[in-house]
Amino acid sequence: MTVLLCPAPFSPEREMALLAQGKTGDCGALASFVGYCRATSASGAVEALVLDHYPGFTEKEIERIAAHVIERHQLIDLHVLHRVGAVAAGEAIVLVAALSAHRAPSFAAVAEMMDYLKTDAPFWKRELGPSGARWIEPTADDYARRQEHAR
Amino acid sequence: MTKILFFGRLRDAAGLAELSCCLPQSLRTVAEVRQWLGARDPNLGQALAAPGVRVAVDQTFCASEQACAAGAQEIAFMSPLSGG
Repeated sequence: MTVLLCPAPFSPEREMALLAQGKTGDCGALASFVGYCRATSASGAVEALVLDHYPGFTEKEIERIAAHVIERHQLIDLHVLHRVGAVAAGEAIVLVAALSAHRAPSFAAVAEMMDYLKTDAPFWKRELGPSGARWIEPTADDYARRQEHAR
Repeated sequence: MTKILFFGRLRDAAGLAELSCCLPQSLRTVAEVRQWLGARDPNLGQALAAPGVRVAVDQTFCASEQACAAGAQEIAFMSPLSGG
């Protein structure tokens, strides 16, 4: 398992190439998701997102959930890279990649990990635009998706 | 000394990211700490009581009524979490 918080931009392509190179012979599936900072939102133009975190606690909490997801889906491995600090429009915010023997567990694990990160990981997100800063909190849809995994 | 941390919107409500204080020994639960902070700053008290606020004591999530405040080194008040 890898959980990395990145204060500067990372290359999802490079990270994926490293994962593919490092995979073991029992791995039959590698599913991934990359989230990017969009240049627009419901409230207009977005210049950047600023992600606050709780040093120490954020890493520990993501690792705790990642371990649970690995066990639940019988993964070979799970990787999470997440930006902290200012993220410019167009840059990657998050990469989640799951490796498993067959495809279904890796697809499910990536979705579950993302739904967790959206609602329950210790990050706080502000959107910076021409009209100033605005806190972004999870939507009802985000919470509903997260609830589905609790069943 | 206990370090009290505020995250997200709560940092704006508190006007600071952290403070260090000697909590009265009578305070045992997170809810009591919240009320104590609210007595000093009613606006902050209201923000801390808003739905979705979570609390971690010494970097472990803690429910309002849990008696985990006594002897705490660090208490973090967090507005709704949102990553990804």
